[in-house]
Amino acid sequence: MRIAGKGRIDRSKTVSFRFDGIQYQGFAGDTVASALLANGVRLMGRSFKYHRPRGVLTAGSEEPNALMTIGVGAGREPNVRATVQELYEGLEARSQNAFPSLNFDLLSVNDLASPFLSAGFYYKTFMWPRAFWEKLYEPAIRRAAGLGALSGEADQDRYEKAFAFCDLLIIGAGPAGLMAALVAAKSGADVILADEDAQMGGRLLADTETVDGQGGADWAASVLNELAGMDNVRLMTRTTVTGAYDQGTFGALERVSHHIARPDGRLPRETFWRIVAQRSILAAGALERPIAFRNNDRPGIMTAGAVRSYLNRWGVAPGKAVTVFANNDDAHRTALDLIAAGVHVTAVLDSRPDAQAQGDYRLIRGAQVCNSAGRKGLDAITYRTTSGEDKLATDCLAMSGGWNPTVHLTCHMNGRPEWNESMASFVPGKEAIPGMTVAGAASGRFTLHGCLTSGAEAARDALSDFGKTVADVTVPQADDTPYKVAPLWAVAGKGRAWLDFQNDVTVKDVKQAAIENFRSVEHMKRYTTQGMATDQGKNSNVAALAVLADATGRGIPETGTTTFRPPYTPVTLAALGAGSRGKGFAPERHTTSHAASVAMGAPMIEAGLWYRPSYFPRKGESNWRQSCDREVGHVRGAVGVCDVSTLGKIDIQGPDAAKLLDFAYTNVFSTLKVGRVRYGLMLREDGHVMDDGTTARLGETHFAMTTTTAAAGQVMRHLEFIAQVHHPEWDVRIMSVTEQWAQFAIAGPKSRDLVNGLVETPIDNDTWPFMACGPVRVAGIDARLFRISFSGEHAYELAVPAHYGDALFRVLVKRAEALEGGAYGMEALNVLRIEKGHITHSEIHGRTTAFDVGMERMISAKKDCIGKTMAAREGLIDDDRGQLVGLKPVGAIKKLTAGAHLYSESSEAVPANDQGYVTSVAFSPDFGHYIGLGFVRGGAARHGDRLRFVDALRGMDTVVEVCNPVFLDPEGGRARG
Amino acid sequence: MGFDRLTKGFSGLRVLKEGLTGNKGWTPHWRDPAPKPEYDIIIIGGGGHGLATAHYLASQHGITNVAVLEKGYLGGGNVGRNTTIVRANYMLPGNSEFYSHSLKLWEGLEQDLNYNVMHSQRGIINLFHSDGQRDGFARRGNQMIAQGDDAILLDRAGVQRELPYLDFDQTRFPIYGGLYHKRGGTARHDAVAWGFARSADSRGVDLIQQCEVTGIDIENGAVRGVQTTRGPIRAKKVGMVVAGRSSQVAAMAGMRLPIESHILQAFVTEGLKPCIDHVITYGMGHFYISQSDKGGLVFGGDLDMYSSYASRGNLPTAEHVVEAAMTLMPVIGKARMLRSWGGIMDMTPDGSPVIDRTHIDGLYVNCGWCYGGFKATPASGHTFAHLLATDTPHPVAKALRLDRFRTGRGILDEEASGSQHNLH
Amino acid sequence: MRLPCPICGDRDRREFYYQGAAVALSRPAPDADAAAWEDYVHLRENQPGDLDELWSHDAGCGAWLVVTRNTVTHAVSGAKLASEATR
Repeated sequence: MRIAGKGRIDRSKTVSFRFDGIQYQGFAGDTVASALLANGVRLMGRSFKYHRPRGVLTAGSEEPNALMTIGVGAGREPNVRATVQELYEGLEARSQNAFPSLNFDLLSVNDLASPFLSAGFYYKTFMWPRAFWEKLYEPAIRRAAGLGALSGEADQDRYEKAFAFCDLLIIGAGPAGLMAALVAAKSGADVILADEDAQMGGRLLADTETVDGQGGADWAASVLNELAGMDNVRLMTRTTVTGAYDQGTFGALERVSHHIARPDGRLPRETFWRIVAQRSILAAGALERPIAFRNNDRPGIMTAGAVRSYLNRWGVAPGKAVTVFANNDDAHRTALDLIAAGVHVTAVLDSRPDAQAQGDYRLIRGAQVCNSAGRKGLDAITYRTTSGEDKLATDCLAMSGGWNPTVHLTCHMNGRPEWNESMASFVPGKEAIPGMTVAGAASGRFTLHGCLTSGAEAARDALSDFGKTVADVTVPQADDTPYKVAPLWAVAGKGRAWLDFQNDVTVKDVKQAAIENFRSVEHMKRYTTQGMATDQGKNSNVAALAVLADATGRGIPETGTTTFRPPYTPVTLAALGAGSRGKGFAPERHTTSHAASVAMGAPMIEAGLWYRPSYFPRKGESNWRQSCDREVGHVRGAVGVCDVSTLGKIDIQGPDAAKLLDFAYTNVFSTLKVGRVRYGLMLREDGHVMDDGTTARLGETHFAMTTTTAAAGQVMRHLEFIAQVHHPEWDVRIMSVTEQWAQFAIAGPKSRDLVNGLVETPIDNDTWPFMACGPVRVAGIDARLFRISFSGEHAYELAVPAHYGDALFRVLVKRAEALEGGAYGMEALNVLRIEKGHITHSEIHGRTTAFDVGMERMISAKKDCIGKTMAAREGLIDDDRGQLVGLKPVGAIKKLTAGAHLYSESSEAVPANDQGYVTSVAFSPDFGHYIGLGFVRGGAARHGDRLRFVDALRGMDTVVEVCNPVFLDPEGGRARG
Repeated sequence: MGFDRLTKGFSGLRVLKEGLTGNKGWTPHWRDPAPKPEYDIIIIGGGGHGLATAHYLASQHGITNVAVLEKGYLGGGNVGRNTTIVRANYMLPGNSEFYSHSLKLWEGLEQDLNYNVMHSQRGIINLFHSDGQRDGFARRGNQMIAQGDDAILLDRAGVQRELPYLDFDQTRFPIYGGLYHKRGGTARHDAVAWGFARSADSRGVDLIQQCEVTGIDIENGAVRGVQTTRGPIRAKKVGMVVAGRSSQVAAMAGMRLPIESHILQAFVTEGLKPCIDHVITYGMGHFYISQSDKGGLVFGGDLDMYSSYASRGNLPTAEHVVEAAMTLMPVIGKARMLRSWGGIMDMTPDGSPVIDRTHIDGLYVNCGWCYGGFKATPASGHTFAHLLATDTPHPVAKALRLDRFRTGRGILDEEASGSQHNLH
Repeated sequence: MRLPCPICGDRDRREFYYQGAAVALSRPAPDADAAAWEDYVHLRENQPGDLDELWSHDAGCGAWLVVTRNTVTHAVSGAKLASEATR
C-alpha cells in the first residue's frame, strides 16, 4: 500500500513490470520488492528445504527470502534479491523453487514431513541398498534442492574488469562514510566512495532523523553534491566492495546496467573492480537481526528497519495494521514513523520489562511473540507476557532483535570480531585489515551523531598517513541518544522457530546439533547448514550461535563465530571472469607466416599460446595423412619449408656469456667456436631434463640460444635466475628475442639449392658445413643462417627480422615448390623427427633424465652445471629405469598409438608386468609402417626384444619390437651431406 | 557392526522412528573424553586422514587404546574445505594402486561406517585439448585399466554427448576429447570426517578436541609421548597427520620435511537447479567443477603459488579460475560466487604424499597430500593404520617413502612438472 | 597481494613469478654431500612467520627479488634485488 507524500520515488514516472506473469505498476526509484509490497503482494518465494511461503524479510542485499529470476532468455538471472533489483519498464520477474506455482507448491509437502528432515537427517539414511544413491536418492534430492535455474544458454552479456587506485577507499556512503569522504576530500586526498545501493545515503534515506536540523536525506544530498564537484573524488554507486585482500587490495562489483530497461550496448552489465587503496574506511553500517519464534517466517514478518525503509524511502506501508516486536529502543522509531504516516500500529511488544514508550502507541512491556498465523501471509500473532498469552490481528510484524555491525570485510584476512556485551553484538577486531579503520555503525557507533563523528575521525586518522593537512570541517549536530538493547535471540516454546530462513534452520535444529555433539560453532554450521545460504548467515549467525551457546552452557565469546569469507555479497561469475569468454582466456600468438599459411588452406592448431599449421593440403588430397606423407616426401626427397619461429630465441651477450651457458647446459659451450652451433641439454636442479635446443656462437661474447616452444618462458626465467641469483658477479645480459626474429627451416637434399638462390654470397659444404652458422644477406637484408637439422636431412634455418617474415616465407615456399618441394606443417615435422629419434616434450615430459634419453654422456665431467649433482642420485641412473627406444609393430596390427603400455610378451597386462609405454607414434612413409618412440625398462640394452603392446582404451593388443630410436640414417650422413 | 539399527545405528527406519517421537532419541556422534595419561598410539591431527587412521586401527587391527589429538575441532582442516572429488585416475605405479585401493574403500564406506557420506559416482571427465594431451591421458587411462579401474577415452563427439553445454565453438583451447572415469565422483566432505569420527569413537578411540600438541617427547631416538595444551600424554607410537601443519609438528621432533605449505582456494556459487551432472576438469586453465547436491557449483583451480599459512587466498587466482570457467562453459556466467575459502596444502616436491616411518623409533608421518588428499582419505587411514599397527608398509602404500627425494628412487611426479618445490 | 619491486615500485602480484624460499642464494658445492643437496633442493624449514623468498618480476623489469614476507599475515617487510642480496 502506497502512502501519499512519503518516499523518495518519482511518482511522475510509473513503471510496468511483471511478476509470475501478472502485470504490476510501480514508480521510478522502486525496487521489485517495494513495488510488489505496494501492490499488496506479500508471497515472493519459497524456502529451500520445506518450501514454506516467504515474503521479504529485509530491504537490502542480505535478503534471504525474496529471491527471483529476473529477465528472460539467455540473459535471465536467477537468485536476484528483489530488495535490490531496481525496477525498470518491462522487467520480468519469476518466482523460484516452486512447482507448479508459487501459490501452490507441491514440495510444500516437505513441510509436513519436517520431523523426518531435521538437522543432518541425510547422513543417517539413504544408505541401503548401495546402488540406490546415484540412481534414486541423489537425483531426487538434487531436483528438490537448488534455488533458481540458469538459462542453459551461453552468457552473451558484456562484463568488464578494471583497476582503480586511490589514497582512501571509503566503503559505505551512509552518514559515517559521507562524513569521512567530506573531510578526506576537502583535505585533498584522492578518495573513492563506494556504496552498494543505487542511491548514496545509507540509513539516512530510510530514517527520519535530522542532521543540523535538516532531513537526513537532504543533508546527504547536499554532501554528495559537493563531493560530486571535486576532482579528487570518485563516487561509485551500485558498487559493493566484496572482499579485502593483501596490501590494500579490494574487490568490488559494480552493477552498471541492471537497472536499465534497454541498456546501451556499450555498457557492461557489471564491472568487477580491483581497487588498490593506501588506506580504507569501512562504514558499511549495521544489519538488523530477526528474532526466532514459532512460525516467525510468514510473509508479512520483516525487520523493523526494513519496514521503515519501505515506508520512508519507497512510501510503502507493508501492512494495514502493523505490530512491532523488539528488544531495543531503536525499533520504536518504526512505530513512530508509521503513526506519523497514518498507518495503524496495533502495539509495540517489547521484551524488556522496563521498556519506555517514545510516543503515543500501545506499548506492551515484557512481551514476546510466541507464534504467528496466516496461510500465505501473516494474519495474527500470539504473544506472551507474565499474565499469559494473547492474540493480535496484524498483517505485518516489524521485528528487531537489535543490530549487528557489518563486520564482514574485517574478517576477510582472518580477523576475528569481538563480542561487545552491552551492545549484544560483535564489533570488528582491532586492526583486522592493515590500513583499515572502521567507522559508524559498522564499528558499533549506532547513534547518528556517533556515525558522523566517527566518520570524521576515521578520515583524519587516514589523512595522517598521507601527510595532508586536515581541512576544517565541522561535524553537524544529530541525535546521540544511546542505543539500548537487552538480548533476545529465541522465544522459548514449542514448534519451529527460524534462524536461517532460506536454509530452513530452526532453533530446534541447532539444539539437536548440540545434543549430537556438534558443539563447535563450525560443526553446528556444517551439520545444520545454518549460515550457508545466499545471505552467508548475515541474518542468522549471531542468533544461531547464541542459541548454541545456550544449549551448550557456554558464553557467546567462548562459543566464537564462524569466519566470514569473501565475497561480502555474491559475485557474478561472468564479471569475475570478464573478458575471458571465447578466445579471451589467453593471448593468441601468430607467427609471421600465419596469414600465408591460412591462405594455403592449412588448419591452424594450438601449440601453447601459438598457432601453427598442421599441414598444407593440396588439390586431390582428401585427408591429412595424404598431405603429411607428401610433405615428408618433400623433405626426404627435395626440400621443405617450415616456420620454426615459435621456438624460444634468447640472445645472450657479455664477457661471461659462455660461463652462463656452461652452467645452464650439461655440456660445454665455452669451447664452441664462433660461427658454430651446438646441441645442448638443460636440467632442472632436481636432475631431470628441463629442455633442449641448439645454441649458436655468433661472436666471442655473443650467443643465440633456441629453446623448445613450450619451455621458452621457463628457460628465459631460468637463465635470469642463474645470472641474478647464482652468479650476479658474471657480466652477462639475456634478452628474449623470440618475436624479433622470424625463422624458417629449409630441409631436404635440395635445401642448399634453395638457399643459394637467395643469399647474396652462395654457400657450399666447406664454407657452411653441418652445424655452421653466421650472418648472410638475403635480398638486401641482414639475416642469420644456421646449418642445423631436426629432420635429419641436409637442412638450414634462416632467420630474418620479424617484419620480413611474411615476405620471406612466401618466397621460400615458392622456391621450394619450384624445386618439387613445398611447405610442411606440424604433422610432417613430427613424422620427420620421430624417424630420427629426436625427442620433444612428449619424451622430455618432466620426469625423464639425461640417462633415460640416452644422453648421460652429455653431462660434462669437467664442470658443474644446474642439476648435475642431483642427476647422479642412484635412483636417476638405475638401469631399470625406462630408457628411450624405438618401437616397430611386428604383430597382426600394424598400427601404433601413443599412450599404450608395454608388457613382457605373453604376460598379463597388469601393472606388475609393466615394461614401459609409448610416447610418440607416426606412420612413416619412408618405412611404410608405423614407428614409435617410448620408454622401456632397461631399454637401451633390449633392442630386438618383443613386447606386448596394449592400448585397452582403444582396444588394441599386439606385439612390438624394441629397436634403436634412430630409425633413419643412424650415422647422420644425410645431415652432413 | 553391533549397531542396533533402531536405537543406536543410523538408518531410514531410525530417522522415521525418531521423527515420530520428536527427534529426542539422538545421541552424541562422539564423546568428549578427557585425555588419559597414556595410549598405545597417539594420532596428531583430527582431520579426515587422522580420523580414518583411528577408524581402521580400531576396526582392522583391534587397536582401540588410541587418542586422536585435534587442536581445533574435528574435521576442521582440509577435509572440511575442499572440492570433494573422489577418483582413482592416477598414472604412475605407486600412486595408481594406492588410489585404486582408496576408491574401493569409498565404494563400501557408507556401509562400513553406517554413515551416509553421500559418495556419488557421477563420473569425472578430464578434458584434453591437443594430441599431446590426448597421448598423456591415454597413457593414464591404460594404466587405470591395467590397475583394474575404469577409463574411457572420449573423442570430441563423445564429450559433446556427455557435456553438451560446454563451448565447443569459440573456446580458446578447443576440446579434443576427454578421459572419462565413471567411478569417479564426489562425496560430502564433512560427513566423511564425521563418519570416521563416529565409528572410531564407538569403538573406543578417544577423540580429543581443543588439544594442541606443543612438543614431542623423544628419548634415545625413540618417541615417548607428546606435550599438549591439555598436559603431557605418553604413547608408544605417535603418528603425525597434520597436512599443512606438517613442518611445524615435525619441527617438534627436530625434523625437516620436503614440504612447503601453500594456499589452495576453492569456491562455491549460490544454489542452482541441477545443471552439471559430472565432475569436469579443464587442464588448460587449472579449473575443475561439479555441482553439489545442495545445488551450488563447487569449483577450484591452481594454487595461489606462494608459501602461506593464512587459509585464505587472493584475487588473481580466483579470477583466473573463473576466467577458465568462462571460456569453457559460458553457460554458468550468471551464477554467482557465494563463498571462497583457502586451505593450507602440504606440497611435496613431486606432488605425491608420504606415508612412512621416520628416523625416530615410534614416530610416523603421513603428509604431503598436496591438493589431492580428500579422495585418499580412506586409503590414507587404512594404510597408515597398517603401518602403525604392523610396522610394515601396506603393499599399496610402499612407494610413498620419505627418502625418495634423497635417493631419487620412485619419485612420483604424477603431473610431470618436476620434483622440485613450487612446480606443482 | 602487492610486492614492492625495488626498481618498479609497488606492483600487483600478477606481475611476479614465485620461486619459493630463498635457499638458492647459497647453492651447495657440487661435491657437497647428499644431505647438503637434499637440504637445498627438497627440505624446507616451512615455519609460519617471516620468510625470505625469491620472486621474479616477470611482467615488469625481469629482476629476481628477495622478498621478506610473513606467511601468516602476508605482510611484506622488505624486498631487494637478488643480485645485491648478501650470500
